[in-house]
Amino acid sequence: MHILEKKIRDASAEGRTALIPFVTAGYPSVEAFWNIVGELDESGADIIEIGVPFSDPVADGPVVEGASVIALENGMTLHRIMEGLLERRGRFRAGLVLMGYMNPFLQYGVEKLARDAGEAGVHGFIVPDLPFDEAGAMRAVLAAHGMALIPLVGPNTGKERMKLYAGVSEGYVYAVSVMGTTGERAELPPEVPELLSRVRGEFTLPVVLGFGLRSPQQLAALPQKVRPDAAVFGSSLLRHIAEGGSPADFMRMWRS
Amino acid sequence: MKKGYFGEFGGCFVPELLMPPLMELEEAMKAILPSETFQRQLRDLLVNFAGRETPLTFCPSLSRKLGFELWLKREDLLHTGAHKINNTLGQALLARHMGKTQLIAETGAGQHGVATAAAAARLGMKCIVYMGAEDVERQSSNVRRMRLLGAEVVAVESGSRTLKDAINAALRAWISLQSSTHYCFGTAAGPYPFPDLVREFQSVIGREARAQMLERTGALPDYVVAAVGGGSNAIGMFTPFVADASVRIIGVEAGGSGEPGCMHSAAINLGRPGVLHGEYTMLLQDEDGQILPSGSVSAGLDYPGVGPEHAYLAATGRVKYGVVYDHEALAAFQVLCREEGILPALESSHALAWVLEHAGDFAPGSRVLVNLSGRGDKDMDIVEKALNL
Repeated sequence: MHILEKKIRDASAEGRTALIPFVTAGYPSVEAFWNIVGELDESGADIIEIGVPFSDPVADGPVVEGASVIALENGMTLHRIMEGLLERRGRFRAGLVLMGYMNPFLQYGVEKLARDAGEAGVHGFIVPDLPFDEAGAMRAVLAAHGMALIPLVGPNTGKERMKLYAGVSEGYVYAVSVMGTTGERAELPPEVPELLSRVRGEFTLPVVLGFGLRSPQQLAALPQKVRPDAAVFGSSLLRHIAEGGSPADFMRMWRS
Repeated sequence: MKKGYFGEFGGCFVPELLMPPLMELEEAMKAILPSETFQRQLRDLLVNFAGRETPLTFCPSLSRKLGFELWLKREDLLHTGAHKINNTLGQALLARHMGKTQLIAETGAGQHGVATAAAAARLGMKCIVYMGAEDVERQSSNVRRMRLLGAEVVAVESGSRTLKDAINAALRAWISLQSSTHYCFGTAAGPYPFPDLVREFQSVIGREARAQMLERTGALPDYVVAAVGGGSNAIGMFTPFVADASVRIIGVEAGGSGEPGCMHSAAINLGRPGVLHGEYTMLLQDEDGQILPSGSVSAGLDYPGVGPEHAYLAATGRVKYGVVYDHEALAAFQVLCREEGILPALESSHALAWVLEHAGDFAPGSRVLVNLSGRGDKDMDIVEKALNL
């Protein structure tokens, strides 16, 4: 079992929803970012998704894009993320996933990326602009270093495409709750239970729900049998941080 | 070759949520484009609405001075003033056959936005155009034209507030609007199948020009020249000539002011391969893979990437890609006005400038065909400012 899957299964065994906070590397400042990662880890994050800033983030809404712009202004780069992770290797209990767009990874060099990320303690990658049809080479290189390429599926992903992903994926499956970009929504769309049920039917991996989440009540409102194994929250956490809130407080709300 | 690729370039690097509409579009291209009904309707729109076929104009004054034959394919005479309408009518008609009721589009200077708005109005469809906020300010007359044609214009405030950000915004919008909406992509770039689709609709330029040259001169041109931003007018002109080994083909990129370190749009000559807007192609980017802002006096060439087929044609050597600076394009603009009585778009002026700059390299009597992709009325403010008129 891949370590990312195990992190979520362990939470399930304890009878709780695994928590996966997303933060953009270098936001709101380089130093504050590393402190936030540490605080999220100490506050019970099961997996932490670290956003690699990119100039043209097509799958992101205004909050994550805004954080990306600030992170780039702060001089954050993929090289600096790798160095920072390597320095802190072994300090985090949580699983670590890098989420970012293809071009920075490509320019870093996919082979070198896999080697360096493996050494830095990264367990997996999410690449929102790398659909199944383009992902074969990247997935193979990551797998050779023990890392998972996490699939993203959404309300318009049919069973056939889900089967393609299910046949090759490790770690967890990321179900995108909305037909849109990242960003918290007041209410989840009515199709979410049907989406989660379809994902459950096609994947044996843990099911993670993300895009659009802002509060634990949104999960509690879902029918018991389709509730996800884990929840990702990004924009709402970034907003909480921008308003001066602490990551620990945010995690406390989600743990309760 | 892998589906959707030109050599190593192209592909489909988009969020999974955009795969279903792109696959739907690919299917529609196969099923609908070849049908007699579609071809008849498109032909009618191109002839009776847009004004095809466009003339092939011989330039007597310049030809005499230069010592070779200069021929212009007059896409500037099309409805809405540029080649863009070839593509928007095709895509709008296809979208209507697919049952879509709305078009969305990105636009830089506004030419593709106006052409999309016109096609949408003609075919009874709704239209939303995404335009960088900076471009909305710089190109207010095109914004007004789009609104008159019934389109909603959305000013995009994110990123560099220009064309590349307008494409990002349109891609994001398409994720949520896909069931009712076709994304009418403006150039021969973007994720598969857009490069193929746009080439299909723009190739009418080269097909006509090739036949016209044969009819008028009894021979193929020795040179075919077109400006390349994203590359739709160029790919439309080049495609029917690619198999003609005797025809030398030249794409012209915008070099900006030419000062050291200036912003430019020469992705093939000065960029590196990478992924942007759904495709693997030549890009202006920094060493970390962040996309750099582009620049050009010609708004229609101001883009940090290029269509993947151009990247491929450059890599194979079949097409040579040159660079022309702002001042050379402005000079060519004036030359064509004075010598031939034609006011060319600054995009097309780049292609013409390449010919004037390389005039000494052509054998006497050569036949040189330039794609005059658009008219220059839209550029009057820029030209007057640049030339202190």
